[in-house]
Amino acid sequence: MANPTPRVRVPANAKKGEIIEIKTLISHEMESGQRKDSAGKLIPRQIINKFTANFNGKMVFEADWFTSISANPYQSFFFKAEESGEFDFAWKDDNGSTYAAKAKLTVG
Amino acid sequence: MHPATGASRRHVLATGGLAALSAVLAPRLAIADEKAVNEELKKLFGDKKAEAGKVKIDVPQIAENGLVVPVGIDVESPMTAEDYVKAVHIFADGNPLPQVVSYRFSPACGKASAATRMRLAQTQNVVCVAEMSNGKLYSAKAEVKVTIGGCGG
Repeated sequence: MANPTPRVRVPANAKKGEIIEIKTLISHEMESGQRKDSAGKLIPRQIINKFTANFNGKMVFEADWFTSISANPYQSFFFKAEESGEFDFAWKDDNGSTYAAKAKLTVG
Repeated sequence: MHPATGASRRHVLATGGLAALSAVLAPRLAIADEKAVNEELKKLFGDKKAEAGKVKIDVPQIAENGLVVPVGIDVESPMTAEDYVKAVHIFADGNPLPQVVSYRFSPACGKASAATRMRLAQTQNVVCVAEMSNGKLYSAKAEVKVTIGGCGG
């Protein structure tokens, strides 16, 4: 499998108090553990099981994903802009890897 | 173990308590049901019951492709430090595993709304339960008709 590539869309600027939408997407097969290979053997589960979004080190939003989440998982959520800072996004894979992305937001 | 020889799948399921066995015999056919969703809810919240209202599920009525079904949720809440939505759980009662996603929100979100894409194995109900910061539970349910199943079918 190709290395998962996260993509995030965060507006660069926001007014104070504005609620902005954050959209994220990561390429990943999200192997459900339900499928069989050509030999009839179950393909072991390998999904991204957790997505987290922090802003200036503080937790904003978290999602525990289960096997029912589609391949190349998409996640959107909202954030109330109060101060400038940086988002940290992290995706945790069943295999122990973590994929990360950052995005800056200027409030003013 | 139950002697499953000669028993039809319907019979095996009907006799109950045999989810594990049917999983061994036919993993692709082991499908959750409303009971499985209720069991998951019991694990999370004990005997606490959810009220109707406050929660909106945004799903298509008909999903042509069960592999990618958009699902959005929106919970009515002021999202202040005193009163906000703590968590939202989404279940699909006709998938091999009922859990779809569990969200944790913070007051910093501004509104308790999120969207993702899920797989649906067949036509089924999508259930969404929101847990408020004061411990109250609210739930909503929506049916999605699936034309092509999305779990390895």
